[in-house]
Amino acid sequence: MARYTLKRLIMMIPILFGITIISFAVIHLAPGEPTDLATSLNPDVTPEAKEKMRKLYGLDKPVHVQYFNWIKRIVVLDFGNSFAPDRRPVINKIKETIPITISINILSILLIMAVAIPIGIYSATHQNSFFDKAATVFVFVGFAVPTFWLALLMMRWFGIQLAWLPISGVKSVMYDYLSPVGKAWDVTKHLLMPVVLSAFGGLAGLSRYMRSNMLEVIRQDYITTARAKGLPERVVIYKHAMRNALMPVITVLGLSVPGLIGGSVIFESIFSIYGMGRLFYASVLSRDYPVVMGILVIGAVLTLIGNLLADVSYALTDPRIRKG
Amino acid sequence: MKKPMKKVSILTILLVSVFLMASCGDKTISFGGGADTGPAYGDAIIIGSIGDASNLIPMLASDSASHDVTGFIYSGLVKYDKDYNIVGDLASSWEISEDNLTFTFHLRDDVKWQDGKPFTSADVMFTYRLMIDENTPTAYAGKYLLVKEARAPDPYTFIVTYSEPLAPALISWGSLQSLPKHILEGADITKSELARKPMGTGPYKFVEWKTGEKIVLTSNHDYFEGRPYIDRIIYRIIPDTATMFLELKAGGVDWMGLSPIQYERQTDDESFKKSFKKYKYLADGYAYLGFNLDNPKFKDKRVRKAISYAIDKQEIIDVVLLGLGEIATGPYKPGTWQYNPDVERYDYDPEKARKLFKEAGWEDTDGDGLLDREGVPFEFTIITNQGNELRAKSAEIIQKRLNEVGITVKIRIIEWAAFLSEFVRPRNYEAMILGWNILQDPDLFNVWHSSKTGPDELNHVNFRNDEVDKLLEEGRRVFDQEKRKKYYFRIQEILADEAPYVFLYVPDSLPVVHARFHGIEPAPAGISYNFTEWYVPEGMMKYTNLK
Repeated sequence: MARYTLKRLIMMIPILFGITIISFAVIHLAPGEPTDLATSLNPDVTPEAKEKMRKLYGLDKPVHVQYFNWIKRIVVLDFGNSFAPDRRPVINKIKETIPITISINILSILLIMAVAIPIGIYSATHQNSFFDKAATVFVFVGFAVPTFWLALLMMRWFGIQLAWLPISGVKSVMYDYLSPVGKAWDVTKHLLMPVVLSAFGGLAGLSRYMRSNMLEVIRQDYITTARAKGLPERVVIYKHAMRNALMPVITVLGLSVPGLIGGSVIFESIFSIYGMGRLFYASVLSRDYPVVMGILVIGAVLTLIGNLLADVSYALTDPRIRKG
Repeated sequence: MKKPMKKVSILTILLVSVFLMASCGDKTISFGGGADTGPAYGDAIIIGSIGDASNLIPMLASDSASHDVTGFIYSGLVKYDKDYNIVGDLASSWEISEDNLTFTFHLRDDVKWQDGKPFTSADVMFTYRLMIDENTPTAYAGKYLLVKEARAPDPYTFIVTYSEPLAPALISWGSLQSLPKHILEGADITKSELARKPMGTGPYKFVEWKTGEKIVLTSNHDYFEGRPYIDRIIYRIIPDTATMFLELKAGGVDWMGLSPIQYERQTDDESFKKSFKKYKYLADGYAYLGFNLDNPKFKDKRVRKAISYAIDKQEIIDVVLLGLGEIATGPYKPGTWQYNPDVERYDYDPEKARKLFKEAGWEDTDGDGLLDREGVPFEFTIITNQGNELRAKSAEIIQKRLNEVGITVKIRIIEWAAFLSEFVRPRNYEAMILGWNILQDPDLFNVWHSSKTGPDELNHVNFRNDEVDKLLEEGRRVFDQEKRKKYYFRIQEILADEAPYVFLYVPDSLPVVHARFHGIEPAPAGISYNFTEWYVPEGMMKYTNLK
């Protein structure tokens, strides 16, 4: 087990290099340079001034040299400075947006689990019942409905007609004047709609997966044995069946680790949440290479770690794999 | 029986909730109103902004969000009043020499920086030197590089001399917002803290900037024109206009710009009218269809004129802008002194268009409904940038109208950076729809002069006309408004005749402000020119516990 994990960890290094090379090449393939946006269609910028700007950003060097300069700094965890007019360190920009994105994603995943797993189990144990059919329609509606459209409807309903919840953002304008309890409640109210809507879209996947796992498990011999032993149905389902059905879910969780830092730019724009989605999208549009590469590197590391965690946890929870 | 009951009750609940949601009309959080008891100090205004600022040092940023904010914090030597006349800001008066080459500015002696230090001509000189310094990554140095000599003989006098007379020079000293020498001297401007924490001489002081979320300003009680009435300005960054509109109705935003459909169709209910005041006036910009003049299809001006006759511009305004705009006939705003109302017009006339096409050699010779010349059908591609719905819709209407006279038009929408680098710079396009801002000074040297056709320059249609070149060169040297008028009127006549662009429309600016704000007086310059005089009467204030 330990040897396997070590081998995987060592393999991550060349894989990571490969990912950075491909990412770097791809974003440099896109037409246009960061300096173009400031200097194009600008009457006062001379060709000399433009060359100077390009030199400042290192854009005058060939692509592989630029890559080498970038990788030299990344290995010591120096993410460099953004190419945007504020020239701030990339790591600061990422630090500003990652907490809210991760928070919303974690809350969303927790909500999805809390709702999808019971739905999956109940649908499996009451297969083809009205509940099963209604739940299926419900989760697929959640999956199919465009979140931005539903978001606007919810904002109008809860924000204006009922005036229960704030419409957008993470904090009120007057947040700083609230008491600590007031602040906590304020943030909760703001996050309610984004988290619920984000979870609504993700219910389908997990609940269907849970349902099909359960269906398979309850047809197993050991479940029949448990019932034959006279155990109450509750114990049969929630102790024996569920545990076995949950195992693949754990791997799915591991694979969702890289998704934690991913934000949907559409979703974040609608809710005026300054998260990783908006940062990434804006950086791509302005060809802000250091920020784009910084985000991609973090995403790559998380993906690899997430994969590893998923595999390891599956091995740990399933004795059949552990013991070979 | 249990099951059918469950079915019925769940279904009923679902149906009832859907019905409730759909049937309710829109409610605006209502404003009580009250008597106007006169100006009072206090309250805050929340301004909705689609984009975040990038850098709060005025000369280093080129986006409008940054300039909106720095406009409240910094001051220039001069500014525009409500009728777009140039009046003093940091300068109380000025003289222009007989030969129009020297400007002598007399600065106010009662101005303090927001940190308490006195403002003097040394700050102006310092800012000017920074602007022309080649290590300063600014996009705005152009006009200041034409200064031959700058002097500051005493703390309240600043004198600049040009080698050639330059009429747009005066207002350029309004754009040079003065930076504090005592903070920036000796420092690298690109690394200065002022980019995130500005400090100026203007009516508002910087409080905080939460990236992507908000920028907060507080009033400067020592502002040299008097303390502003509104105590706080909060810019809320809301990237989606639909969300911003909902926030407006819920009371989370006090001032935003409406889209035509919001203005026309979504803001006419009673509670909205009670809580908000809408304004409408021509914006400072226009949209156009530009032809690549080096493309053989568009070299003949009869073809360009014919296309202009084939497009119904009023239709575009009615459909795309819901009637909220005016037809553009040239690069200036109707109603301003430099606008020539008598240039050649291209009213919708497909017959005339077909006649002109025929004269230029384009006819439908094979009866397929499409124009052709020497066997080649007339088709071209219009490109425009992604993210501007008005331009995309205008393109579709143009496509339809041109199809009716026999031209096949394809539309391509391209992401902005790629649009610039792959199509505009290398002149790799046939026609494009874009827009320009309209500045108050009529000098358009950079857009129409034949020397400005380099890849990154503004004359991207490659317009070359000797008479216009001369008029542009001379027009910017003349100071007397009546004399200048003649040059720019003639330029508009030529542009209308040559039709390098099909000038499309000047849209309306449609701001909306919460009704508790008084003192707003729409004028040619818009509504924000007298922002420091806006107020909320005591009894109507909303945000009263500001520390």
